[in-house]
Amino acid sequence: MPNPLYRKHIISIPDFSRAELELVVATAARLKAAPRDDLLQGRLVASCFFEPSTRTRLSFETAVQRLGGRVIGFADGGNTSAKKGETLADTVRIISSYTDAMVMRHPKEGAARLASEFSAVPIINGGDGSNQHPTQTLLDLFSIVETQGTMENLSIAFVGDLKYGRTVHSLTQALSLFNCRFFFVSPEALAMPEYLCQELDEKGINYTFSNSLEDVIPEVDILYMTRVQRERFDEAEFKKIQGKFVLRAEMLAQARPNMKILHPLPRVDEIETAVDATPYAYYFEQARNGVFARQALLALVLNETV
Amino acid sequence: MQYTRTVEALKQGTVIDHIPAGQGLTILRLFRLADSGERVTVGLNLSSRHMGSKDIIKVENIALSEEQANELALFAPRATVNVIENFEVVKKHPLTLPEAIEGIFACPNSNCISHTESVNSYFYVKPSHNDTKMKCKYCEKVFSKDIVAEVR
Repeated sequence: MPNPLYRKHIISIPDFSRAELELVVATAARLKAAPRDDLLQGRLVASCFFEPSTRTRLSFETAVQRLGGRVIGFADGGNTSAKKGETLADTVRIISSYTDAMVMRHPKEGAARLASEFSAVPIINGGDGSNQHPTQTLLDLFSIVETQGTMENLSIAFVGDLKYGRTVHSLTQALSLFNCRFFFVSPEALAMPEYLCQELDEKGINYTFSNSLEDVIPEVDILYMTRVQRERFDEAEFKKIQGKFVLRAEMLAQARPNMKILHPLPRVDEIETAVDATPYAYYFEQARNGVFARQALLALVLNETV
Repeated sequence: MQYTRTVEALKQGTVIDHIPAGQGLTILRLFRLADSGERVTVGLNLSSRHMGSKDIIKVENIALSEEQANELALFAPRATVNVIENFEVVKKHPLTLPEAIEGIFACPNSNCISHTESVNSYFYVKPSHNDTKMKCKYCEKVFSKDIVAEVR
């Protein structure tokens, strides 16, 4: 029987079952431990970035090439027929007829779902506006399992911009399948959206709001930091919250020995560089894991068995 | 005793009755009932034994489908939809909230891809406490039904 992700579109985290998430994570671990250069042999993958991105695009393209596949595509929608007014539906019809799979990032929400309705080959969402970025969540989950040995029954704090942060939204949706406990640490104006809290209520997930990073640190296995963007506040407001959501090395004195700090990157100043040298910092390894998580996904989507 | 009907009887078509007063024009607009060119009679603020006051819409020569009737349930869950032939009620649609609504409303998220591509809008419908939530299939944003209805 083919694996459950074979020839599937990868659009949004809520589309995944628990078993499918576990399969991607286990496959990523296997590919990290024992690299394979044959799983995409003879395959051609389109990498279509209608909006620029550094880490996501390069790690996807690295993943394809490491597995023995080849890549065509573009890094900026400015030079494509979209600029001439072609619809996304038509662009996708054409590119999907050339290739075995299509990775895409697009500035509009829903672009990947729409593309999946017009594509003859699997679409892999590399980010659609402020909506979803499922491969970020898969690499986050892989990093969590790598450091904690499980995704089950963990305590996880999310810190920073929880209102607009799509990585936070997708990761809570995924972890809610594994009975995790959440702490949401943010300025009031950037709190977790109501509809997501309602989803957690419906699933019976435990969560707590807090505005003190220091209080939460001793309670958690994973500290997931995000950036609070200055432009979301006026100057006076920003002064009030400035520094409250910044992680400094001395705040880690009470941390559990297994605790790891994750961050989707880019980091600006919300994690002091002194934290990098502590045993808790895991965000650079997490970014490297992006290649393995994307390898796992591409291998599963394009091979009946891996 | 003389009996006067407040709204003329319908020979053939659909009567949407027991619409909460004030919702009649919204329904007329959202479901484009007037666009057919057929005669439409609208009664607003009519007295009703059960509701105090109500709105009513009669559309001649058009039989509303069950799917369309269910879409009405979003705005007027207690409305009655009767299909009329030859002055007789030939079908009463019981209204149940549909699981999804296609093509009626525009997505309130202006950055949703559904606005710039030639696809029908599509919302998953979910009752929630005393509101109804609608989730766009494309951008996955969740809205209260009143916000979605206002946009079009």
